[in-house]
Amino acid sequence: MENDWGKNFLLRKFKNYLFLTFVLICTIVAVIPLFSIIGYVLVKGIGAISLDFFYKLPTPVGEVGGGMGNAIVGTGILVLLACLLGLPVGLFGGIWLAQYGQGRKGFYIRYAADVLSSIPSIVIGIFAYVLIVMTLKRFSAVAGGFALGIIMIPTVTRTTEEMIKLVPRSLYEAGLALGLPEWKVILWIIFRTAWSGVLTGIMLAVARVAGETAPLIFTAFNSPYWTLKLDQPMASMTVQIYNYAISPFQDWHAKAWAGSLTLVFIILGINLLVRRLSKRITYG
Amino acid sequence: MVNIEKLVVKKLNAWFNEKQALKEINMSVYEQQVTAIIGPSGCGKSTFIRCLNRLHETVPVASMSGEVFLDGENIFSPSMDIVKLRRRIGMVFQKPTPFPTMSIYDNVAAGIKLYGRKNQAELDEIVIKGLKRAALWEEVKDILSKPGVSLSGGQQQRLCIARALAVEPEVILLDEPCSALDPISTGKIEDLIHELKTKYTILIVTHNMQQAARVANYTGFFLLGELVEFDLTGKIFTAPTDKRTEDYVTGRFG
Repeated sequence: MENDWGKNFLLRKFKNYLFLTFVLICTIVAVIPLFSIIGYVLVKGIGAISLDFFYKLPTPVGEVGGGMGNAIVGTGILVLLACLLGLPVGLFGGIWLAQYGQGRKGFYIRYAADVLSSIPSIVIGIFAYVLIVMTLKRFSAVAGGFALGIIMIPTVTRTTEEMIKLVPRSLYEAGLALGLPEWKVILWIIFRTAWSGVLTGIMLAVARVAGETAPLIFTAFNSPYWTLKLDQPMASMTVQIYNYAISPFQDWHAKAWAGSLTLVFIILGINLLVRRLSKRITYG
Repeated sequence: MVNIEKLVVKKLNAWFNEKQALKEINMSVYEQQVTAIIGPSGCGKSTFIRCLNRLHETVPVASMSGEVFLDGENIFSPSMDIVKLRRRIGMVFQKPTPFPTMSIYDNVAAGIKLYGRKNQAELDEIVIKGLKRAALWEEVKDILSKPGVSLSGGQQQRLCIARALAVEPEVILLDEPCSALDPISTGKIEDLIHELKTKYTILIVTHNMQQAARVANYTGFFLLGELVEFDLTGKIFTAPTDKRTEDYVTGRFG
């Protein structure tokens, strides 16, 4: 009997080590893609990065130099347009779901938001194409912003809802007991308390749409010019990278890498910011 | 001393889903007096006072019936403005509930600031007055811009009292305001209750019978959702008429 105990112990220890090693390997495999992507993009892209790259227009084929300035600004504008649609709908939708969405209606809306978030972004692009591009009869920044805005809605709605649900009900009651109208309690006490968490959700949604390509290809299209006209085609980093990458020219390939590098770092920066923000979330 | 009926409760019933929490409560709360509600856990004490400022009905599964008159006006009548009602009947909860995003100053000012516009000088005056009346001013006058949640539990509770007082209510409901506090903070709040009753009508729910005896003019004893006995505090503790009250106050059960 005592011998068996000893054997079992060794076997157990061995199994434990085996399992731990397996888990460790899986973890390493999981993070390899992230670091290899960042590393590869860095190595390939850093060569074509220069100050010009950030503020010059793209040059025609064969001409060296130039940059992606208009595409960087274009992505910024498209994301802003997306926020104009995605934030109000998402934020107020989230508030509604958290405060009044207990019943059947809430269930269906929540379900619809979850389904919307899993619809491929290219489908949303086609929707924007039919709705706006075909109506206006041209590609436009507005159409691109609209498509990105729709993509933002479910993410913002659901994080807002979850963050508001974390605020203790006692604060809601304390606000009501002070004789404040319900909407002021919700906006100025509950929403404000949940704000840092909500902001995290907004940033994640922004990071996601900034990296979208598919819904922009046939909505905002692309543009080789500086433009602020919202009813005209507009350049974006992702579509520009796509165009450069599928071209046969060496110089454009290098610029695609440089664009990727810039985009990856913008999104990485947003994510790091989100981590900093979300660390500060505390509820009384 | 003439007793004016500030609140009159008639045939009040309350439910959570199918479960009846209050049964046919009839009771009066007198102006500028302290009325204590005692009874074992789960007897409906908190539900009772939450009916009085109509917070009970904000809980999704809650319902109620009956009448409550504030200065002769039924608070459940459709013409009653619920926001105005809650400004006349303030409340302090069991756990301190300072608003986490606001400073000490803003916490006290919240009821006024979020309700309507007031200029800075008026607001300052209201905040200072509220904090002084809640006996917190001396401790916080140099740290008004610090977060309300940075105060100790006892200070937070007095901050909540200051916040409730700042909107100038007529009645103050205290829902076990000391149960999360140490004896020193409890003493401070009891002293405060003595001060406040010269101006306000106070209704306090408490687990602690000594506390009821110390602060209250009148005491009501609740058991299983019923108001068993309501009388002058001295009478309840020395010569109760109901056997159940006697058993409870002498510590034979509960």
